[in-house]
Amino acid sequence: MREVPVQRITEEVARLSQEANCDLPEGVEKALREAAEREESPVGREVLRSLAENALIARQDRMPICQDTGFSVVFVEVGQDVHLVGGNVYDAVNEGVRQGYREGFLRKSILDHPWQGKNTGDNTPAIVHLDIVPGDRVRLRFMPKGGGSENKSRLAMLRPADGLEGARRFVIETVEKAGPDACPPFIVGVGIGGTFDKVAFLAKKALLRPIGTFNSRPEVAEFERELLVAVNRLGLGPEGLGGRTTALWVAVEVSPRHIASFPVAVNIQCHAARVKEAVI
Amino acid sequence: MGEQRISTPLGENEVKALRSGDRVFISGEIYTARDMAHKRLVEMLDSGQDIPLDLKGSIVYYVGPTPAPPGRVIGSAGPTTAGRMDPYTPRILAQGVRGLIGKGRRSPEVKEALVRYGAVYLAAMGGAGALLSRHITGARAVLFEDLGPEAVYLLQVKEFPVVVVNDIYGNDLYEDGVLQYRLDDRSNFLIF
Ligand code: SF4
Repeated sequence: MREVPVQRITEEVARLSQEANCDLPEGVEKALREAAEREESPVGREVLRSLAENALIARQDRMPICQDTGFSVVFVEVGQDVHLVGGNVYDAVNEGVRQGYREGFLRKSILDHPWQGKNTGDNTPAIVHLDIVPGDRVRLRFMPKGGGSENKSRLAMLRPADGLEGARRFVIETVEKAGPDACPPFIVGVGIGGTFDKVAFLAKKALLRPIGTFNSRPEVAEFERELLVAVNRLGLGPEGLGGRTTALWVAVEVSPRHIASFPVAVNIQCHAARVKEAVI
Repeated sequence: MGEQRISTPLGENEVKALRSGDRVFISGEIYTARDMAHKRLVEMLDSGQDIPLDLKGSIVYYVGPTPAPPGRVIGSAGPTTAGRMDPYTPRILAQGVRGLIGKGRRSPEVKEALVRYGAVYLAAMGGAGALLSRHITGARAVLFEDLGPEAVYLLQVKEFPVVVVNDIYGNDLYEDGVLQYRLDDRSNFLIF
């Protein structure tokens, strides 16, 4: 058993929350620049260049890429040979969020109750997805998820008869409806299969996959390619002002399904696709 | 599609010259207001009070910035979704506001009010808060200070970049721009 003090998790979450918000993943920035080369719309090209420049400025000025520094979604993978000591792991994550959002001058956007809510003042609680995996490491991935794009995400329990074609239409329609409000170009996370709760989680998890990486199953990768082409035919373009670059990437995760269900979930991620990772 | 530089306050002729699709750089002073401030402004009007702001020819920016770090006047400051302000917007436009800055589609009522009152809706780049912050040189709370970051601020801006979405002629870039690049018929995929 390897002992890991939960304080280490707090430290890393505090650091990752700031880094994630100010330092856009290299792959996203590269995708924005490449899209600017290809984009046919003059306004679209300008927007894409500015978004890449925004990433640069954010890094230089240590200024958040976007003012919506999000709900703190934290994926924690704990190796089964790890013994966490010194406190509760959820408290440790929340303490990291508290520190990171204060020290990093990040916006606090969480209300403590859906309709009687007042701001919790420190962006807690985080959404923590805890998973036990083989090994003796703790892997943390921090995703600040903005409201604008989360609000445009959707889930459908299709009929098995709707099948893959139904899923395709649902994804394209969701992207179309998301429109300019969700800050395109998007990364589209799709889940297919499982139960109502599982499919939403799959869609969220798909967003962790770096741009340019296909699903390892060939038939799913094929579907990803097809969807990317299809959503980019919508004409929405950068910031929804018209153009060819509506999405930078589509990532699909699948899971076994019940004979009676065909669940599909689409989690829209904006171009401020912020994720940072640390391994303890 | 042109490029224009404008400064506040906006007069009728300046607004007339702005066309859907134009890139515009704004200098001068603009107000901020988001959900809570809009609600309160409309409540003031409902109870017959005057709004203690200089709204004639003004521009209102929908923004909820991050806290200003030391040495800066404001934090990351990109636009928030404009649609949430739609129920209040026609009342605000009636006060002489000439420009609105946000991101995302507006309701038919707002588009109609823009034409009626001779005002434009401008899109700032959603998610470009770090870049936009560099174009803001001053910030001062002027109303509803108890709302903290949701208070009404008066911002000094320099060459603040936006694109005209809805002009006073009824054009909408969110519709026209997209149609220009759309390759599929909508009926192909709208089944749900
Ligand atoms: S949708 Fe994304 S980029 Fe747009 S404002 Fe929200 S967090 Fe920022």
